[in-house]
Amino acid sequence: MAGLLVYVHHDDGELSPQGLGLLAKAAELGGEVTAFVAGSGIDDGWAGSLGGHGAARVLVADDPGLAGGLSQPIVDALAPSAGEADAVLFGAGVVSADVAAGLAARLGAGIACETTDIAMADGGIVATRPALDDTVMVESGFAAGPGIVLARANAFPVREDASGSAPVERVPVSVEDWSRAASLTGREAADSGGVDITEADILVSVGRGMGGPENVPLVENLAKALGGEVAATRAVVDAGWVPYSMQVGQTGKTVSPKLYIACGVSGAIQHKVGMASAGTIIAINKDQNAPIFEFADVGVVGDAIAILPKLTELVAARKG
Amino acid sequence: MNIAVCVKEVPSATSQRRLDPGTKRLDRSGDSEPNPFDVHALEEAIQIRERGADVGEIVAVCMGPESAQRVLTKALALGADRAVLVTDAALAGSDIAGTAYVLAAAVGKQDADLVLLGQQAADADCYVMAAAVADHLRRPLVTQVAELRLDGGSVKAKRQAEHGYDLIEAPLPAVVSVSDAINTPRLPSIKAIMGAKRKPLETVSAADLGLDTGRVGGDGARSVVRAISPPPPKAEGLRIEDAGGDSAEKVVAFLSEKGLI
Repeated sequence: MAGLLVYVHHDDGELSPQGLGLLAKAAELGGEVTAFVAGSGIDDGWAGSLGGHGAARVLVADDPGLAGGLSQPIVDALAPSAGEADAVLFGAGVVSADVAAGLAARLGAGIACETTDIAMADGGIVATRPALDDTVMVESGFAAGPGIVLARANAFPVREDASGSAPVERVPVSVEDWSRAASLTGREAADSGGVDITEADILVSVGRGMGGPENVPLVENLAKALGGEVAATRAVVDAGWVPYSMQVGQTGKTVSPKLYIACGVSGAIQHKVGMASAGTIIAINKDQNAPIFEFADVGVVGDAIAILPKLTELVAARKG
Repeated sequence: MNIAVCVKEVPSATSQRRLDPGTKRLDRSGDSEPNPFDVHALEEAIQIRERGADVGEIVAVCMGPESAQRVLTKALALGADRAVLVTDAALAGSDIAGTAYVLAAAVGKQDADLVLLGQQAADADCYVMAAAVADHLRRPLVTQVAELRLDGGSVKAKRQAEHGYDLIEAPLPAVVSVSDAINTPRLPSIKAIMGAKRKPLETVSAADLGLDTGRVGGDGARSVVRAISPPPPKAEGLRIEDAGGDSAEKVVAFLSEKGLI
């Protein structure tokens, strides 16, 4: 099975937009694209719908051993098909990344991480990533197949007009005993009420320059008026103003909303790497030399504490 | 039980980091430090012992050039009981697959019930080493762990996931990568820094580990850097000087023009 194999992760049947985006990108490159889904009790119609996202066919690994949502059994299920592909592509995500890494070890294959662009060159796949705090672009190929490509969060958009279906083929599954030794025993909602900032179209973020936790509601109000969510820098998370689940940056989440409004955020490199790919960046900061002004689309030099109430009021009035 | 902690040598946070245009590898000539994420893993090992688990030894394992001894000395000062440096000219330029193969072979020889790693390396920003090492060792894996408890012969972990937290249990021996939210690493005391020099620091070669050298080093790398280039430039942004909140109207006008509200 030469060609590109795209692993599409799902959480209890909810397909990951990260995997779907990669499927759309793979289809753009030409050639036959195969999608791979794993789980227990998978419906053929549901799996076939991946055809609308770019798959020419869909491989389904369906086994009770794949029900737990953990990565290791998925590596067992995926390895035989992956070994025959030219490249295996993975969207961002905790489980998806673990599957990619386990597969690289299993196959002794090269792996390219944090990929933001893929292309075909010299008969093989080439993955490009920003590295060293996005100061340099690195283009990698693979000496021996298959190449494993792991995408950066939100690097590849999902098809908006997905329709149609692809033929589904079920593959034999054999899960190793040690792969099923770990088990998922429960889940807890994030302390932000289950909001996933990586999926938000609009984020308003709070940085140290907002003074103190008593001013966080100013940011929340603007986010609410815009229909967005609140994000934060590491400094304010460490200071306990907001929970870790809101943290954007190197040790937090990578986000790429359509609009990112940074309030009192200096734009330190550790924060920048988590949000620089946002569609439009608006920065409000008292310090005219703040690094964030170097990459903001609109830089407002001023006190966010004074500006936010007025801005919230105008946005709310505009939205009626 | 014994704990092995994988520690990577990375350029220090204050150093200027660059790729060598000739080798296309990270220039490692400047100051280095233990990967900050791995320091959280080491701290967790120490805290597991302090919480009362019967921890025989904590061994820090590093693959790197001889200069990485400095990083292992820091790990010993922080609380590791002994350290192992895998160093060999044949290993220079190993890719992720090669590195995982070497680390798995090295920790596999340490009689460790629990292998701990940081969630990512601060230089490469890849989140993949723990899962790759676990696959080589054929041991259960839990990644991105924000809370870890030992319970008899198993670990109970709270993992950061996209939706919130997953609660995962795995029997020992297991491989666990920790998030930097799991703890606040301590600073070593002067006494511990002095004492580190008396703790065992062993150096092993690729041959000592019985490695297949066709899978490691620049020649064995399956992932190959083809080119490096500067990032695309970004157009200069619009600058607004605020006076008493009057910029709000300009911002709203901009948002409206862009169709964002």
